[in-house]
Amino acid sequence: MKNYLLNILLDVVPQTIETESLFRSSGKIYVVVGILTIIFTLISIYLIRLDSKITRLEKELK
Amino acid sequence: MAKIPYKWYKILAILLLCYTIIYGLLIPLPSDVGMLDETIRNLFYHVPMWFGMMLILMVAWIYSIMYLQNQYAKYEIIARALTFTGILMGLCGLFTGMFWGYNTWGSPWTNDPKLNGVAVGMTMYAGYWLIQKSVNDGEKKARLASVYNIFIFPLFIALIFVMPKLAKFSIHPGSGESVNFKTYNKTNNMEIVFYPAIIGWTLLFVWIAEIRARYELLKQRKENEKLFA
Repeated sequence: MKNYLLNILLDVVPQTIETESLFRSSGKIYVVVGILTIIFTLISIYLIRLDSKITRLEKELK
Repeated sequence: MAKIPYKWYKILAILLLCYTIIYGLLIPLPSDVGMLDETIRNLFYHVPMWFGMMLILMVAWIYSIMYLQNQYAKYEIIARALTFTGILMGLCGLFTGMFWGYNTWGSPWTNDPKLNGVAVGMTMYAGYWLIQKSVNDGEKKARLASVYNIFIFPLFIALIFVMPKLAKFSIHPGSGESVNFKTYNKTNNMEIVFYPAIIGWTLLFVWIAEIRARYELLKQRKENEKLFA
């Protein structure tokens, strides 16, 4: 199942050239992409919450 | 209010950055990037820091001019928030650049016009930070910082942008005989990530600056209330 999903992912990505295939040969790059996505999602959520907190404070002080 | 009345730019920033992070790592590369290999992907992360920094510092510069023209404290607060965010972006660019350079050129700091220009430029902005932290009188501080900011921004651009262009030799792309998209072969399609990356990163840091400015305005209002209570 895991391999199947990976194959689908690999098919979606355009055909690669030599330097590229070395990079993807293990397929583990998706782990890095996943981790960066998680970190960025959390940073976004943090920023959104900070933003709404300040908006609330602005409304209170008005 | 320092709040930017559009919400969409924050959503746009998040979407563009998701695209940049995911597709920037997966996009096929031109085959002739030489020693850069896969590190050319840093184009989507290191370079937008500098582009964004220049844009943000330029807006800060405009706000500093506006402050000196009509003395609204709000303008100075916005200029300060933008400048500090610009410095943060510059530091991000500096450290990522050092790491990239260490792995490509073999040294975190080469004797290159672009790098030395940035070193001097960042020191000038450290001076801005010092003014903000060392003067107690609020209005005097605001004026001093604004005048200083108006003075250093053009110098900064000259140092990191104009001087390296004039240099005879530089190993850093974007100066002297510059490397650009046309340098690489036809498989190259890095522009489709590069431009969204610049917009996305810049908007993200504008958002951070906005939050900072709003916080500073609230703090100032609170202090004023204390004063007149």
